[in-house]
Amino acid sequence: MSVDKDTVRRIAKLARLAVPESRLEPMAAELNGIFQWVEMLGEVKVEGVPAMTSVVAQKLKWRKDEVRDGGQADALMINAPEGEEHFFVVPKVHE
Amino acid sequence: MSLAEARDAIRAKKVSARELTGAFVSAIEKARPLNAFITEAGEKALAMADASDKRIAAGTIGALEGLPLAIKDLFCTKGTRTTAASKILGNFVPPYESTVTQNLWDAGAVMLGKTNMDEFAMGSSNETSAFGSVFNPWRAKNSNANLVPGGSSGGSSAAVAADLCLAATGTDTGGSIRQPAAVTGRVGLKPTYGRCSRFGIVAFASSLDQAGPMTKTVRDAAIMLKSMASVDAKDSTSVDLPVPDYEKLLEGGIRGLRVGIPKEYRIDGAPAEIDALWSKGGDWLKAQGAEIVEVSLPHTKYALPTYYIVAPAEASSNLARYDGVKFGYRAPGVRDITEMYEKSRGEGFGAEVQRRILIGTYVLSAGYYDAYYARAQKLRSLIKRDFERAFELCDVLLTPTTPGPAFAVGAKTSDPLEMYLQDVFTVTVNLAGLPGISVPAGLSETGLPLGLQLIGKAFDEGTLLRAAQAIETAAAFKHSPAKWWSV
Repeated sequence: MSVDKDTVRRIAKLARLAVPESRLEPMAAELNGIFQWVEMLGEVKVEGVPAMTSVVAQKLKWRKDEVRDGGQADALMINAPEGEEHFFVVPKVHE
Repeated sequence: MSLAEARDAIRAKKVSARELTGAFVSAIEKARPLNAFITEAGEKALAMADASDKRIAAGTIGALEGLPLAIKDLFCTKGTRTTAASKILGNFVPPYESTVTQNLWDAGAVMLGKTNMDEFAMGSSNETSAFGSVFNPWRAKNSNANLVPGGSSGGSSAAVAADLCLAATGTDTGGSIRQPAAVTGRVGLKPTYGRCSRFGIVAFASSLDQAGPMTKTVRDAAIMLKSMASVDAKDSTSVDLPVPDYEKLLEGGIRGLRVGIPKEYRIDGAPAEIDALWSKGGDWLKAQGAEIVEVSLPHTKYALPTYYIVAPAEASSNLARYDGVKFGYRAPGVRDITEMYEKSRGEGFGAEVQRRILIGTYVLSAGYYDAYYARAQKLRSLIKRDFERAFELCDVLLTPTTPGPAFAVGAKTSDPLEMYLQDVFTVTVNLAGLPGISVPAGLSETGLPLGLQLIGKAFDEGTLLRAAQAIETAAAFKHSPAKWWSV
C-alpha cells in the first residue's frame, strides 16, 4: 500500500493540518518509508488474538456523578489567544 | 552529591535548603550552553527553599524536604510556563498542577526549572524541540563534537548528568526516560503503567505514557518514585495499589533471583561492545547469587512497528485539542475558522509531530483501521503475552538499554526510521505496561556511557530496584564528564 501526494493532502485535511504544497511530496515519501517498514506486521497470524484494550488488568473506575470542581471561568481565560470577558473569540463561523 | 546524601545533609542541618538551592541555581546559569532548561525558575526555587527551611526549623520535614529537582516541561506546573517544547504551547501557563509534581512539592521538594525535551516527547535525541537541541555533557574521547543527550527527556538527562539538580522527572512513552539516562551515564526508571498519575502531564500516547525519576543512583530512584507515585482519583488509569517504601525494598540482596536473558534482543549489527557489556551484566548478577536463564520473547521484532501505529494513533487524537481556540498558538491573519485550525496547527507543530499526526490520522481513517490499528492492538496483546510467559521462568529480564552510545547532533535527523531504532530495546516495555530501569554499566570504546536495562513484573518495582542496585554495585560506574560547558 503506498501513500501518494493526494493521500497526504486528504489526511492533512482530516487532521486540520496546513501542509504546504511543496511538503506534500516529501511527506508522502517519508510516510511510505514508515508504512513499508510497518508492513512486517502482516507476517503475524493474529486470528483469534484479542485486541489489547487495557495494558493493566483493572476495571475502569467509576465515580459519583457529582460536581467536584467549577466556577473557574477566569482561570480558563488566562491562556486564551483571544477572548472577551468569559467568551473565546474566533473568526466568523457562519456568514 | 546524590539525592540521598543531600537529604541526609539537610536532616543533619549541615546544609540549608537555601544554600543547596542557591548552588544549583548558579550551576544552571553557568550551564546555559547545554540548553538543558526551557524555563529557569531561580527566584521561585529560592522562595520554595526558604519555605522549606522554615518547615525544617519547625520540625515538619517531608520525604524530599529542601531537595532541588528539575522538572520535564511536560508536567503542568501552576503559574510556571509549560511548553511541551512546542511552539503551539509556547506561552501556556497552566492554572493547575500535575499530580506528580504536586506530590513532590507536598514532600518538600524545590523546583529549579522546566527541562528541555523533544516536542511533545516525540523523539530520541531532543532535536525536535522548538527551543533548540540540548547538548550531552559527555563528549567522546579526544573530541569536541556535540552529542545528543538522548530523548525525549534530554534536558532532564543532561541536567542530572551535569549536576544541575539532585534528580529530575521524566516521562517514558517508548524509552524516553531510559534511553537518555543510558547515554548520559545516569539511572532512569519507567514505572509500571498506572503507578504514577498522568493527570496534568501533557498527553502524547495515553496508553503508553508514564512518568518516572531520572537520578544519579538507584537508591535515589527509589526515593523519588516513593514520592512521585500515588493513587489518584484524577487519573482513571491510576491503579489502586498502596505505594511501598521502595528504599526499604532495596535491602536483601539478589540471592536466588532468576534473571532472564531474552535471546531476541541479540540483534544483527549491534556493536560488539553492547553484547559484551550485556554478558558482563549477567556475570555480575550471577556472582551475587542470581540464576541466569535464557528466555524467549518471540514477538520482539514487531514491537517497534506496532508502537509506530499505536503511539501516533493516540497522539493524533490527543493533539486534536490544539486548535488555537482556548489556549496555545493561534496563527495570525486567517479568514475563517477552518483556516485558523489548519494554520495554527501547521505553524505551531514541528515536523516530527506533524509526521506522527499524519501517520495516526491515516491508520485510524476509514478503510485502514483494521489493517493497521486493530492489527497493532492484537500484536500488543501478543507482546504482552510473551512477557507473561517469560516471567513464569524468571523474576526480572536483563537487556541492553540502547543499541549504542550517544551520537552526534544531526547524525540521525534525516531518516526518521533510523531515529526510531534507538528505542528498539525499550519500547516493548511500554507496550506491555511493565516497569523498566536503565543503570549505567560502563563506557564505550569512545569513552561514552552505556546502560543496561532491567525489566520487571507489573508493580514489582521493588525487585527491579534491588536487581538494579546489584548491577550498580558491580559496575561501580564513577565516571563523570569534563565540565566543558561551564561559562
